[in-house]
Amino acid sequence: MDSDEDERQLLPLSQRPEWSDVTPVPQNDGPNPVVPIAYSEEFAEIMGYFRAVYLADERSLRAFHLTAEAVNFNAGNYTVWQFRRLILEALNADLHEELGFVEQLASKNSKNYQLWHHRRWLAEKMGTEAAVGELEFTKKIFLNDAKNYHAWSHRQWVLQNLGGWEDELAYCNELLEDDIFNNSAWNQRYFVITSHPGLGGIEATVDSEVNYTIKSILIRPENESPWRYLRGLYNNNMQSFVTNPKISTLCLNVLTSKVNPVFALSLLLDLISNGLKPNQDLKNAIEAVIPESNSQDSDISVTICAVLEIIDQMRVNYWRWRKNNIHSQVAEGVANLHIH
Amino acid sequence: MSQEFNTNLGTLFAVNLDGPSRLHRRSATQPDQSAPFSDRIDRFDLGLGMGELAAEKHAKYILTVEKKKDDIESVLMEHLRINGAYWGLTTLDILGKLAAVDQETVISWVMSCQHESGGFGGNEGHDPHLLYTLSAIQILALFNKIDTLDIEKVSNYISTLQNEDGSFSGDKWGEIDTRFSYVAICSLALLKQLDKINVENAVKYIVSCKNLDGGFGCTPGAESHAGQIFCCIGALAITGCLHYVDKDLLGWWLCERQVKSGGLNGRPEKLPDVCYSWWVLSSLIIIDRVHWIDKEKLVKFILDCQDKENGGISDRPDDAVDVFHTYFGVAGLSLLEYPGLKAIDPAYALPVDVINRIFLH
Repeated sequence: MDSDEDERQLLPLSQRPEWSDVTPVPQNDGPNPVVPIAYSEEFAEIMGYFRAVYLADERSLRAFHLTAEAVNFNAGNYTVWQFRRLILEALNADLHEELGFVEQLASKNSKNYQLWHHRRWLAEKMGTEAAVGELEFTKKIFLNDAKNYHAWSHRQWVLQNLGGWEDELAYCNELLEDDIFNNSAWNQRYFVITSHPGLGGIEATVDSEVNYTIKSILIRPENESPWRYLRGLYNNNMQSFVTNPKISTLCLNVLTSKVNPVFALSLLLDLISNGLKPNQDLKNAIEAVIPESNSQDSDISVTICAVLEIIDQMRVNYWRWRKNNIHSQVAEGVANLHIH
Repeated sequence: MSQEFNTNLGTLFAVNLDGPSRLHRRSATQPDQSAPFSDRIDRFDLGLGMGELAAEKHAKYILTVEKKKDDIESVLMEHLRINGAYWGLTTLDILGKLAAVDQETVISWVMSCQHESGGFGGNEGHDPHLLYTLSAIQILALFNKIDTLDIEKVSNYISTLQNEDGSFSGDKWGEIDTRFSYVAICSLALLKQLDKINVENAVKYIVSCKNLDGGFGCTPGAESHAGQIFCCIGALAITGCLHYVDKDLLGWWLCERQVKSGGLNGRPEKLPDVCYSWWVLSSLIIIDRVHWIDKEKLVKFILDCQDKENGGISDRPDDAVDVFHTYFGVAGLSLLEYPGLKAIDPAYALPVDVINRIFLH
């Protein structure tokens, strides 16, 4: 854009010569219509002219620039974005430039559905050549907000449709090093090991992933995400879960470290329900969490539930329900164990 | 910020039903609907020194926002005014104040948002989209005026947006998201036109978005998120397909959303927000696990999010209020059986008497 054009952009539309043939159309905002006041006058004018070109279906360059002004004011207006797309097609515009336009808006509008959908539409049109750029774009967003749901959705779409898997697991590692609590990164890990065409699926990676997850848990045992991830790794294979000594050792380590034991106890409960026979070390560690709560019940599951009812009071009803269901869960779990 | 998610999500309120015709289950402690509104509030006393719901202030706030469209927030929301109308009107109905609104003017404005395709835009002159179509239907339902619609036309618009794999696009531009599955299913159920779509495929797609933690994302493989979970659970409830849900597993994930302050977040390690108090809560009610959270603490959290001076509720205590969070706060309190509020259906996100009126006559 040259500076003359910049000058013109600053003038109200009603004073710009190239718009002199257009009459703006006011918004019919239903009952009690809008009375524009100072700070919204500029916006109201832009929208008035936008409505005029939209109603006339004028897919011109000046309309194109107008849509930019409109979304700069209000990136949520989906009708403006959609009309802009129609113009992009009509003018056969350079989509690389459009990517730049979106990027410039993204920092202030990183959670805006319309912006992300527009980006998706562009990437789809550009095809595989856009892969690298889209992965870079989402990375930039993650620098400010590593959990941005839209960005993750876009990134997953890019990987599946345009490719670029090679460094994804490494990128997850990076993000988790920055913030081990990043649930989105843990989810992406699972996405990669199950969907990356070159990794061989979950069976091929499960051992290394278990090791990685155990290490992560030990760093911050109060972190919900890796515990869920661990369960996810074993989802279809409860028996391996129960019989893998690393898992019960992990729980023992967390219990003895005296850090928040809720997830360790909860996992032990599930393991025992599926046939795990805890050794004496484990039993001692469980009982040591809250010595006063030791039930006379020889069933260690009951003790676990009693402890959880105390240390996770917010969810006391959940733990009570678990306690009431122990015997049926154990019977079912043990029965499953014997079938295999 | 969840606000963005919410403003585009519109008001999706689910009903705890396995199929559209089941009566809403409520506990024995049903609030006394016959007592005068203000009396019920005065009598409320949990005996725990908790705050009160400033119901009158919130109703006034909603009515003021409706009238005063000249502040910048309102101007910036003009493209989704119909969502805003739904949030505001449903809140008023829950508070027993729907009569304060001029029904005729609202309905004629809603109808002016309809596009020739049959779908509704966010305001007059806007392109049609599923999100705004649902809000239109819900608003008409509040006023018992669904028959204002050309039902065939609206249903056709919705059904054309279903894709081969069972998913739904929000509009002709093709964005796919389980939010749209919910919106389409809820809309058609309210219109009694579910047979216009391939329900089996719709359900299959939703189930394909189920994750190993028991939750659901926007698309297959996407992270579990309370808002998306609400949409999926609501849709499965309405279509009578809750058997696809591992209620114990999901219930646990959902009850883990409750943080120390008593509020609910939408994903692990995120901040609580009043709107999640709706999405998590309604999901829990639909799958019969709401007793797994600490209800009293949640009530206190929501009440702490009020602006008791000026009315309105915000996302978390001391933030600025908006209609969106006011709606979710009041609706959440209704689900928690806070006295003096009309019962709301957790799947359809409309008052129970509105739903009963549609399905029982």
